[in-house]
Amino acid sequence: MTAPSEPPAATQPLIEARDLERRYTRSRRRSVHALRGVSFEIAAGQRFGIVGESGSGKSTLVRLLAALDTPTAGSVSFRGNRIDGVAERGLRFLRSELQIVFQDPMGSLDPRMRVRDIIREPLGRTRRAEHTERVAELLEAVELPADSGQRYPHQFSGGQRQRISIARALAPRPSVLIADEPVSALDVSVRAQILDLLLDLVERLGLTLVFVSHDLNVVRYVCDEVAVMRHGEIVERGPIDRVYAEPAHPYTQQLLAAAPSLRAALARLEEGP
Amino acid sequence: MTVLRVDELSVSAGGQSLVRDVSFQIGAGERVGLIGESGSGKTLTASSVLGLLPDGLHATGSVRLGEQELLGASERTLSRLRGMEISMVFQEPMTALNPSMRVGSQVAEPMLLHGTRPDRRAARSAAVELFDSVRLPDPEGTARAYPHQLSGGQRQRVLLAIALANDPALLICDEPTTALDVTVQAQILALILAATRERDTALLFITHDLAVVASVCERVLVMLDGEIIESGGTREVLSSPRHEYTGKLLAASDLEAR
Repeated sequence: MTAPSEPPAATQPLIEARDLERRYTRSRRRSVHALRGVSFEIAAGQRFGIVGESGSGKSTLVRLLAALDTPTAGSVSFRGNRIDGVAERGLRFLRSELQIVFQDPMGSLDPRMRVRDIIREPLGRTRRAEHTERVAELLEAVELPADSGQRYPHQFSGGQRQRISIARALAPRPSVLIADEPVSALDVSVRAQILDLLLDLVERLGLTLVFVSHDLNVVRYVCDEVAVMRHGEIVERGPIDRVYAEPAHPYTQQLLAAAPSLRAALARLEEGP
Repeated sequence: MTVLRVDELSVSAGGQSLVRDVSFQIGAGERVGLIGESGSGKTLTASSVLGLLPDGLHATGSVRLGEQELLGASERTLSRLRGMEISMVFQEPMTALNPSMRVGSQVAEPMLLHGTRPDRRAARSAAVELFDSVRLPDPEGTARAYPHQLSGGQRQRVLLAIALANDPALLICDEPTTALDVTVQAQILALILAATRERDTALLFITHDLAVVASVCERVLVMLDGEIIESGGTREVLSSPRHEYTGKLLAASDLEAR
């Protein structure tokens, strides 16, 4: 593992993970180490990518960062406050500060709720009049037609549903957005649109982005810093351009070599007969 | 030698037209990619070739495998061809395998059904050899495993072994690596390439991933809204696309250039 880079200013990191470990107990004798010794810091405004294959511990890590699960050892802090092992009552601030967009919009949107109710659900039950305005604002931000609010999730395409998920995540004005494989279920042309929308929103709203993906090309397009995970550990971490240009760990090299690249494949065809 | 010839294939459901006037040919040993987005008609085209269209869908035109017309052929004729002359590798290896049957028996099954091996024992040892050729670890032991005991990549190798069991003239792969990790994907693609080259198998490879099609196929067909809008050598189509849609697809795929 390379030495973690210092955050740009001497300010406190926004998110800090220290020696995170998560063990799942299967039986009295057997347990699975989903995460071990994971430490990193994410500075405000960073676009932090987490890359790895199935079973590498990406999703476990996301759950710990969002305080949806408790680590077996180690700690997670948000703006210097510990959020691991804290009762839900003590996490209210985090629930609006940090929001998640999941991979499968159909699985994460309630099919019986109208889109406007889905989007305003994180805002709570008070001051509903203001919420109507906020919903309209959010629909516009994710470039959905203004009348989308009255419809149901099944009336939208996969890409539009992911826009709905993003609008819902932005509703409580979070400072951090975690996107867990947000484009893996989408067609390529839709994928590019959603990535551009995410990047645009991150910049416009000054968000910190944690972007989880198995797709190195996508992470390279979106992030400025990347952590490569394997078997529950971070094997390499650094600025995105450095990791792609000079991968230090053999596993990163292997991943980069295996990633299908249109350019490389076309270049091979050019050389061919 | 032309293995598959599809002429003016159209598929409709009720009055709705889903695939229109699709024509293409695949020669022995030729690898042809069918690309397009969800709903463009790729899978319906492949299902028509296999005679596996869902109920209520109707195909017209002609699909010929060698001299044999497949559209409108009896179920008996089709079942004699499936798993023998044409076979298919699906996207989801977990749903394509029988969860309650050892994988070795699932590979032996097509050989026994089509009588290409004299008895169960010969079919079983052929299955173990096939497992070795698709680089499954411990072929003997793996043959006794159930699908849930294998990883996604291993299951996809089992499916490939089943598809190759009777040396088909035509292999159809429908997004065979979409559900797999990149390192496993690279291995499975290499296997498909090696297996089809070695056997001179015609390959119809369905994918939405342009990088994958460029690394596997010599020719490519681009589908949009049920029609083939562009076709040609992979290099020509992907480096100087003529149709606007192909250009858009390329621009969206090539994140390196953006």
